[in-house]
This record gives sequence, structure tokens and C-alpha cells, in this order.
Amino acid sequence: MLSQKTKDTLLGPLNANNPVVVQILGICSALAVTVQLKPALVMGIAVTIIVAMSNVIVSLLRNTIPMRVRIIVQLVVVAALVTLVSEVLKAFAYDVAMQLSVYLGLIITNCILMGRLEAFAMTNNAWDSLLDGLGNGLGYAIILVIVAFVRELLGSGQLLGFQVIPQWCYDHGYENCGMMLMPAMALILVGCVIWAHRSINDKEAK
Amino acid sequence: MKLNTNSNLYTFIYSAVMVIIVAVLLAVVSQALAPKQQANILLDKQKQILGALKVDYSAGNPAEIYMVLVNDTLTYGDKEVYVANLNGETKYILPLSGKGLWGGIGGYLALDADKNTVYGVNFNHESETPGLGAKIVELPFRKQFEGKHIRNAAGEVVSVAVLKSGKHADGQEQVDAISGATITSSGVSTMLEVNLAEYEEFLKVESNEGKEEDHVESEN
Repeated sequence: MLSQKTKDTLLGPLNANNPVVVQILGICSALAVTVQLKPALVMGIAVTIIVAMSNVIVSLLRNTIPMRVRIIVQLVVVAALVTLVSEVLKAFAYDVAMQLSVYLGLIITNCILMGRLEAFAMTNNAWDSLLDGLGNGLGYAIILVIVAFVRELLGSGQLLGFQVIPQWCYDHGYENCGMMLMPAMALILVGCVIWAHRSINDKEAK
Repeated sequence: MKLNTNSNLYTFIYSAVMVIIVAVLLAVVSQALAPKQQANILLDKQKQILGALKVDYSAGNPAEIYMVLVNDTLTYGDKEVYVANLNGETKYILPLSGKGLWGGIGGYLALDADKNTVYGVNFNHESETPGLGAKIVELPFRKQFEGKHIRNAAGEVVSVAVLKSGKHADGQEQVDAISGATITSSGVSTMLEVNLAEYEEFLKVESNEGKEEDHVESEN
């Protein structure tokens, strides 16, 4: 159904060319929003939408953008989109907007966006850029969800706010790992994910 | 004819046009959505006040329930106190605002008619750490405040302290802080103390009544 190139554009960033664990982009927000699963999920979705949309817009404009101010043009596009999304969320999904609070605005500074706009959207057509944006956004979301899953499970004994570790365990001396709630643990977990990812992919390459 | 996209004039005009388009777009969207956002902010405030009053609004329309329960607003300088009637009992709701670790925190403190016993409390925050400081909005932390007294035995307003378990407050009642969120917890403590001091005028009105003193003594 999809050509090989299209498949690579969409699915490559999910694994072999993942923006977080291979290109090491967007780490700051990965540390900030992964204490619990729910904000991580919403952040993943928000980034996916904004990367895809800004990729399409920049791709459509790519032949008219003056080279010397292209980074500024890209920034303006991203900033305008993020502002729009946060205004719309505040009007129609106030609770979600409150939960994401500052991180929503900080999507502007997510390196994945600038990276994709500069490396892909400036030289490819709108359809490929859309797929590239979706792929990279989802690749980012997957890592966020993996890290948030481990942190919320071990740090609070919960998943999506529901208690999953039974009281029985606490009665017999099990304790939540407070370390998991610290940003440092997110970095270490991202490191572990990178380690696992590399060792699996290296084996395949050999 | 192909445009020279590298000329100074083109760059200048392109930037100017782009900025104007984006500015107009954002201004229009902001204007169009403003009434809806204001309504959301008001609704959120009403829900929080209902939360402080421990009213379950999940079944009905929060705005309507609010209109029925909260029927008066007292003004003291720039401070407002909401008066609610809950099953025939008067409750006072005091808006609070303070500072957490990363940003502002706020809340609503519902007091019984004696202006001493805490009936319920609700907190909100802008950007506290999820799983740590953000826990101030959760029920286990808020429930601790219920039934606490903001006055000491002499009837002076001393607020309720938020302290690490093991520590002991001198001359005031206390609740346990959230472990791992020391700064947010002490932010809540400071917020209560500072805001209650600002409500002095409201709180002192009935503080000399005998009933008040008796009530405090019977608690100790």
C-alpha cells in the first residue's frame, strides 16, 4: 500500500532513527513530563500534532522562505501553532491545558521540531513532511510513555492515577521508590532505553 | 521571472508580511476564544469552591449548584469572602494565593460559621512537579486540614502549619507535609499564614463572642 520510501519516512523514527534515543533530541521535556503516564501521553500527542502541522506549513512555504532568515521563519510558524493549540485547549479542554501548564508553551523549544523543520521539511514535499512529522512525534511519544510507565509504576505504585500495586505489598514491607520521581531517574531510564535499543539494533546489524 | 529570495528587500518584506499575518491570526483567535476561556476560568473557580465545600458536583451542573449554594460575597478592602449556605449551615470561603516551587499556588479555604474550624480546603497550582508538589491538589493531603482550627487557645489567628511528620508546631495545629516536596509544602504553609493575616478584618468580627472561646477550650 505504501511505498518503501513512505514507510521509511513514517516508521523509521519509531525505531531505527528515533528522535529521542538515536538523535538524543527533546530530552529536557522527556525528563519533565514523565513522572506520570497521563501528562506524558498528552504531551506526546500534542508534540505529534504540532510537528506534523509545522512540517506541512514549512514544506509548503519552503520555496519562498529567504535562506538568511529561515530559522526565524520556522520559529514563528512553530510559535504561532503552539499558541493556537494552547488557546484552543484553554477554550475547549481547560482541564488538559491546566495539566500541561508550562510544558505546552515549552513545545516551542523542543529540539525535535526545529530539527525536523530544518532537516526534512525545508527539502521535501508536504505529504512526505506530514508523514515525517507524525513519525517523529510518535517516536518521541513512545519513549515518553515507556519512561513514564516505569516511573509512575515504581515511583507511585500507580498507572494513569490508578493504584496497581496492591496494599498487600505495602503491608509486607514494599515501598515506593522515591528516587523514581526525581528528574535524575528519568535521565538514567532514558539511558537504559538507549542501551537496550542499541544492543538490540546492533545485533540485527551484525 | 524567478524571484531573488536572497535579496535584502525580499527578506525584509517577507518577514514583515509574515509577522503581520501571524499577529492578526493570533489576535483574531484570541478575541474569538476569549469569552469561552473566561467562562472556563469562572467555571473552574466555581468547581474549586465546590471542592472546598466538599460538594459532589459530578452528577449535576456545577454552575447551577454553585448559584444555589453560594449566595453572598463580602468584600474587605481588596479581599473577597464567599458566603455559602450548606444544609442550613453558614460556611465562609476564603480565596488563597501564594508561591510554590515553580510557580504560583492558590486555593480556597472553607471555614465553619465560628470562623475557626476548617470545613474543607481545595488547592490548585500552576506548575508544581507532578507526583510531588502537585499532590497538594489530591484528597489525602487536603483531607488532613478538615476539622483543624486556625486559632490558638487564646483565640488569635495562627493558621495551620504544614510540617514534616515528626516535627511539632508550637502553639498551632499542624498537618503532614508531602514527602519529597518540602518547598511546595512550606509554600502552602506560608500561603495560609500570610492570607489569613490579610483576612484579619473579616476574622476578628465575631472572635470576641463567648461561644467562640468555649469552643476553642473544649477542643483542647
